[in-house]
Amino acid sequence: MTVSTELELRSFVLLRLGERRFAVAAEETAELVAPSRVFRFPHKTPRMEGVMLRRGRIVPVCDVAEKLIGKRLTSRRFYLIALRRYGQRTEWVALPVTGECELINAELTAASASDEPHVAGWLSHGGDVIEVLNLSGLTPGQDKAPSPGAAERPPAASAWQSEAEAQP
Amino acid sequence: MPATAPAKPGSLRAEQIILFRIGEQLFALSSSSVQEVRSADSLSGGAATISAPSVDKVTQFVRRGQNTLFLVSGAKHFGLPVPEGILAFVLRNTRTALLVDSIERMTAMTRLQALPLSFCHEERQWYRGLTALDQTVVPVVRPEGFLSDEELRMLDRALPPPELSSEEKEAEAEETETDAEIDLGTESN
Repeated sequence: MTVSTELELRSFVLLRLGERRFAVAAEETAELVAPSRVFRFPHKTPRMEGVMLRRGRIVPVCDVAEKLIGKRLTSRRFYLIALRRYGQRTEWVALPVTGECELINAELTAASASDEPHVAGWLSHGGDVIEVLNLSGLTPGQDKAPSPGAAERPPAASAWQSEAEAQP
Repeated sequence: MPATAPAKPGSLRAEQIILFRIGEQLFALSSSSVQEVRSADSLSGGAATISAPSVDKVTQFVRRGQNTLFLVSGAKHFGLPVPEGILAFVLRNTRTALLVDSIERMTAMTRLQALPLSFCHEERQWYRGLTALDQTVVPVVRPEGFLSDEELRMLDRALPPPELSSEEKEAEAEETETDAEIDLGTESN
């Protein structure tokens, strides 16, 4: 009798930052888009570059390269739009990447206590061991979203749809 | 029974805003929150200097009756490396006169998006949100966000006592003389 171990394969998107590749769970990604204008304005949050307009939405742009590979990106080919959870809320965040992304199926090895907070786990692909990113540990923001009462409610809420609330 | 007609885009409620610049940076502010627009010179003509620790964006104040207005450098507030603005927005229901460089134009916004939660520092106090205008994204400032309660307390503590008007000065001088006479009288007894 042969005993077989059933592997639990999951889908991941591989992204490239310089010479290194990282993975994000496929269900945490929305799309890969060509570079577009980044609108900058004064703020104090590290790693946030500004925002971009995508399908009528205002999407924050977060450069995670310095954190992951130790240097800022000098060029970028795409933005991977990922879904970042803040408690019960989910918002889009655009991550600049330097190459094409790839969808793969692989088995996840869970992160250990010694791994950094931005590591959700590890996977093996094409002879490489690749970090699976935990976006909550990588991109800024409180894990708990502000209570709705704390946010300003513009007049005539139906006409002033808050896009942040409308996102998946 | 006729079906309910869908809302027309024209029925969106709009808010009048002032687009203004500090250096090259464009900002928006609800026009209903601006009480006066003055040249900074005309406002600072009646201003006195103030120095409060940790509030270096305010170097001048103006007394208006019972109220004190603080002239806030928009450049310093937002950390922009540009000279002090030449226009002042006196902001309604606040004690702030905001120094800016120029008014771009007045327009209307029909949609205000909450500041993305990735922005999680002081900017959450600075901005009501972001709005997209003509394929540009503009931060919409919060009038109450220029001076926090703590900053106002520090500024109030740094305020010199109010200067008396000439009539008040005469009245005070008379009172002092009277007090001196009474003292002398007491001594002679």
